[in-house]
Amino acid sequence: MAKDSPLAAEPLLKLRGIEKHFGPVQALSKVDLDLPAGQITALCGDNGAGKSVLTKCIAGIYEVDHGEIFWEGHPVHIHSPRDAAKLGIETVYQDLALADNLDIVQNMFLGRERLRNGLLNEDDMERGASQTLASLRVTTVRSIRQPVGSLSGGQRQSVAVAKAVMWNSKLVLLDEPTAALGVVQTKMVLDLVRRLRDRGLAVMMISHNLNDVFEVADRIAVMYLGRLVVQDRTAAFDRQSAVEYMTTGVAHRAQGGNGEGKHGSS
Amino acid sequence: MARAEAPEVLPDPTAAPEAAAVAVPPELVAQSLGEWFRAWAARLRAGQSGVLPVVLGLVLISIVFTAISPNHLFLAAGNLVNLFQQSAVFMVLAMAEIFVLLLGEIDLSVGFTAGVGGVIAVQLVEPVTTKWPWWAAIVAALLACGLIGALQGSLITRLRLSSLIVTLAGSLILNGVMLILLGLGPFSGYPSLLSHDANVQTLYKLMWGTINPVVSWIGMGVVVVAIASLLWLSDSRRRRSGLVAPPVGLTLLKIALIAVVSIVVVAICNINRANLGTLEGVPWVIPIVLGVFGVWMVLVQRTQFGRYVYAIGGNPEAARRAGVNLATIRTWCFVLCAFTAGIGGLLYASYLGGMSNNFNGGQLVLYAIAAAVIGGTSLFGGRGKMLHGILGGLVIGGIYNGMYLLAIDVQWQFIVTGFVLLVAVTIDALSRRSATSGSAARV
Repeated sequence: MAKDSPLAAEPLLKLRGIEKHFGPVQALSKVDLDLPAGQITALCGDNGAGKSVLTKCIAGIYEVDHGEIFWEGHPVHIHSPRDAAKLGIETVYQDLALADNLDIVQNMFLGRERLRNGLLNEDDMERGASQTLASLRVTTVRSIRQPVGSLSGGQRQSVAVAKAVMWNSKLVLLDEPTAALGVVQTKMVLDLVRRLRDRGLAVMMISHNLNDVFEVADRIAVMYLGRLVVQDRTAAFDRQSAVEYMTTGVAHRAQGGNGEGKHGSS
Repeated sequence: MARAEAPEVLPDPTAAPEAAAVAVPPELVAQSLGEWFRAWAARLRAGQSGVLPVVLGLVLISIVFTAISPNHLFLAAGNLVNLFQQSAVFMVLAMAEIFVLLLGEIDLSVGFTAGVGGVIAVQLVEPVTTKWPWWAAIVAALLACGLIGALQGSLITRLRLSSLIVTLAGSLILNGVMLILLGLGPFSGYPSLLSHDANVQTLYKLMWGTINPVVSWIGMGVVVVAIASLLWLSDSRRRRSGLVAPPVGLTLLKIALIAVVSIVVVAICNINRANLGTLEGVPWVIPIVLGVFGVWMVLVQRTQFGRYVYAIGGNPEAARRAGVNLATIRTWCFVLCAFTAGIGGLLYASYLGGMSNNFNGGQLVLYAIAAAVIGGTSLFGGRGKMLHGILGGLVIGGIYNGMYLLAIDVQWQFIVTGFVLLVAVTIDALSRRSATSGSAARV
């Protein structure tokens, strides 16, 4: 986005040497990751590779043991989800954390209700939710006042994402946003993810699904056994090399690259 | 609006059109009254009927008991007023219970909390002992009840104990406390409100005092006009600004319904219902119960606190991540539950004209839960309204009153009420299951 262009070289979020232990278990070791604004970074890796731990460190649920975090070039500390939210980091977890008995507006404003004279200002909140959904072109819901329990999986995911971007967030972390969705719904959610990027947000999408990754991601980062083994533009990978990084931590076939992930640009 | 600019509307193939239509409350999508009725009928067919079953249940109870009661006494003005007075305690206790049912918790102690509240108030106003003014006695009773709720709520939320067990223990303890309090003073366990002392009579009048017929009409008119204009203004403002709003016809229908019900109630109360002399006018208990209902309805549906109660009942994890302090909200629900139970206890004491060790709090709490569930509040949390307490309380009161008129033995009253509760719980569980299986499509 225009306002970010002077900092184009500087990623929105920069992690350097991030380490995290749980007792004797080294969950993250020396992770360096860049999340630039206006780009979708896919975070891939096998089960137990450390994707979730890394996400939770960025979201403030875990505190990192060592390492530095730079936000817009400045070093920051993220001790709690509130710190993350203050910076403009919002996370959409796989379970979405929506209350099925509340409607779309109520869910989107949960915890940040607008009040007038001490009572809920429903009109104002409905307008805000409606504008956000319209700007993201989430248009398939019948009524913004229907309970979230009556929505389809893709719609629920869309509401959760819309809830995350409504608060002037700059970085959205998406945990497996297309898991358990059908083909059409997956397309709906991926389109929504692209729209977040087009708004200039930085997006980090955890995904197992290489189809999705190659469809929307601008950059791919692969984790293996707690290490970030490679991150580069999507064009620098093919399916085979991505799978090899995910399963072995290195790409054996030097096809258009040197096996360290920093492929040539041609 | 979201649908105003829709450059790429993706059809949602997993949601069958009828299923989606049924899941959405009709007032959200209907543009006219006709459409609303069609959407409503579709929801009925799908088993999502809102308060309709309980209203039909009330009609059924009225028809059956009118047909078989001696001299068709059931619908006589005197009996209807009596019915409301009997139901008042059930209604208030059911509203108390709804605070914790919305969380997905339960409070088995509301019966004896009410008992303790009632005894405290009655004992404190006794002219031969403490002689407290009636209002101070009421405040003391309600504060004591709120404290009981705070203690139980803290145990449940801070120590994470089961609300079922904590309040079951609480019920036993409070039963004992109530008996101890009853034994105080020179009343042999039967402190009474039947007295010539005006201060004591005020408590007795909570249930038995009546408002002058003319004042009744004026008061009703003011309240109905106020509610109608609030409803009309807010609905038409929402319609103008393009927000989701019910069709004009529906707003008018609601206003008409409120007006008709109010006029009928006041008209019935203003019929002279005494066998000798004059007894007419709206009993105090009606505005008291409606006042409790109105305040609690605003608290639950229009404030941030209420929104958090529903969120916790629906998905505690979502509420926690939204920054809601679960322990605080939950504890306050138990406080409000016990406080409201205290109001129920005051009405009970007033109805009896005193308190005695015959007070059966164990039975009252079951009636309170039954009333809430019959009204449509779910035992699983997140679904329910204060209105359900009013409607369910009328059903329980109606059954109780009708069987009393028929001089049916108390054992049969227990059995019938038990079956009604079973039916209501079954409907609750089945509708929840069908809602879940309906949402299987969304995965």
